[in-house]
Amino acid sequence: MRFLFKTDYEDDIRLFPHSGYVYSYGLLLAVLVIAPYVLSSYLMSQLVFVCIYATVGVGLMILTGFTGQASLGHAAFLAIGAYTAAYLQQFNVPFPVYFLAAGLLTGVVGALVGFPALRLQGIYLVIATISFAFIVEEIMARWESVTNGNEGMRVKAMQLLGATVSRDGPTFYYLCLAVLVLTIVGTLNLLRSPTGRAFVAIRDSETAARSMGINVALYKVKSFAISAAITGFAGVLFAHKLSFISPEMFTLQLSIEFIIVILIGGTFSLHGAVLGAIFLVMIDPFLTYLKDDMPGVIAGVAATLGAGAERAGHIQDAVAAFASANGLKGAIYGVIIVVFVLFEPLGLYGRWLKIKLFFQLFPLYKRATFKRQKIYVKSERNR
Amino acid sequence: MSYFRAENLSLHFGGLKAVDAVSFAVEKGEILSIIGPNGAGKSSIFNLISRIYPPTSGRIFFEDQDITQQPAYDIAKLGIARTFQNIELFENATVLSNLLVGRHRHSTTRLWQELLFLPSVRAGEKAHRRRVEQVIEFLDLEPYRDKLISGLPYGVRKVIELARALCSEPKLILLDEPSSGLNVEETDDMSFWIRDMKSELGITVLMVEHDMTLVNRVSDRVIALNYGRVLAMGSPSEVQHHPDVVAAYLGA
Repeated sequence: MRFLFKTDYEDDIRLFPHSGYVYSYGLLLAVLVIAPYVLSSYLMSQLVFVCIYATVGVGLMILTGFTGQASLGHAAFLAIGAYTAAYLQQFNVPFPVYFLAAGLLTGVVGALVGFPALRLQGIYLVIATISFAFIVEEIMARWESVTNGNEGMRVKAMQLLGATVSRDGPTFYYLCLAVLVLTIVGTLNLLRSPTGRAFVAIRDSETAARSMGINVALYKVKSFAISAAITGFAGVLFAHKLSFISPEMFTLQLSIEFIIVILIGGTFSLHGAVLGAIFLVMIDPFLTYLKDDMPGVIAGVAATLGAGAERAGHIQDAVAAFASANGLKGAIYGVIIVVFVLFEPLGLYGRWLKIKLFFQLFPLYKRATFKRQKIYVKSERNR
Repeated sequence: MSYFRAENLSLHFGGLKAVDAVSFAVEKGEILSIIGPNGAGKSSIFNLISRIYPPTSGRIFFEDQDITQQPAYDIAKLGIARTFQNIELFENATVLSNLLVGRHRHSTTRLWQELLFLPSVRAGEKAHRRRVEQVIEFLDLEPYRDKLISGLPYGVRKVIELARALCSEPKLILLDEPSSGLNVEETDDMSFWIRDMKSELGITVLMVEHDMTLVNRVSDRVIALNYGRVLAMGSPSEVQHHPDVVAAYLGA
């Protein structure tokens, strides 16, 4: 085990507590930089989606994980970012301009959503953000002069510094990675300064936050705006990656996917957003496998177990029908959420910390270290 | 003019008069305790001062300024800090970040500066940390700096809440039952700290307390309340022997 001897206040401020972090994150960054030259184009495409989802995850983490305000409307923020990009692109606005404009506009919309949210707590806030997302979805479908309605909009390839950036090329991947890294660094900076602490204070006790001089309303709106702006930036990249956007892409299911990202990853650390994004994006290949290969595999197993060719064919059809059933994806998401909430509320990153501690303390690790405690309900909580 | 003054302060919940036309004044540099049976309206007065409830009627003055209509977050900025009867700490944060939240009213950095963590933010953080460290030394909290609140025992949390209030460098501090849930030894420590706050840090203290030993040891003056009304006001022994106070406690 490593013991840190702190000799300077700087030791508590710096992002990397000791050299080990520098080496491991440096190595990770190096791997990510050489990835396009090693991985297949399919995996590269998945990696771009991981970057985009993780960026949204970081944005949602600021709002939900650190400020304690739930949101099931982040698909709408993503949509606003994506549509702003697609709309401005028609007028030959350069990429850096519409990228910033999309973030700014989404941030403003986020702040506007934040105002009614000031009076809402918990489940009511969730309902309000869902309604907001439905409103945005409806506007996208109806405001045909701008959004082209249900026909959707084409997004042309990105023009950056006079060159065309293909959505499958390494440059686009590096751009997404840079946006993710900058978002994470900015968020970490925020969390080690007064604003970030005010967010956490609001999450844990609004009354105490207020009595410490924190303008709770202002900081909630700030949190909404920052979270939305980050999601808006991700939306621009999302639009470019898909090269076509239409209202039915930004549904409640997408918002739920974002919640899954932070819930599965672990809502208490930014690591969670990245781990959750990797997990979520990798569900898709799993579903494809379920659809394409699984029926054959099960039929093969049935055949070796002595089932006749006709019977094996029936089994294959049945499994295929199940695997391609409508709503299977949603059902799987539901099961995943339930399993994580019940068995690992700290998410993948919490699990990782436990495994790390196991090896650090080996052979002295005690299973009860992370046992959940019963917390007494406070009788006189001021709201 | 008094340093802090409440005039005809009332708080009614429908027909229930939690606080009923209470007037009192706190002089600069004194320790004033409010005592009274359960439900007498002691904590309600605190919640009126820190603007968790708006008063039904009456006015509150601090340093000759009417603060009755100030929003809750401005009260702290004026230099009034408080602790809570049922501890209200930020449970899933470390002791250090709890204390740094106490410094919030002194922070001057802007959002964009914080996103980039400019040198000014870094310098501000270090300055805050230095002040926090002084409070940590004052209240002997050195062993707990990096611990999460959720894993700490009640007695320590109580001290941390006091520390968080002190970190905001208040002029007036409101202590809501500082000794509740503490053992005899911890209560002794608490009484030393309260007196030191007055003598060393020059903080005026307004305190709600049930433990009469602590009240007698530290208070300059005492106010006794019952059913939202002031029964008696004066030195600790005067108030304790006041016939109305005896009747309120013993039901005679």
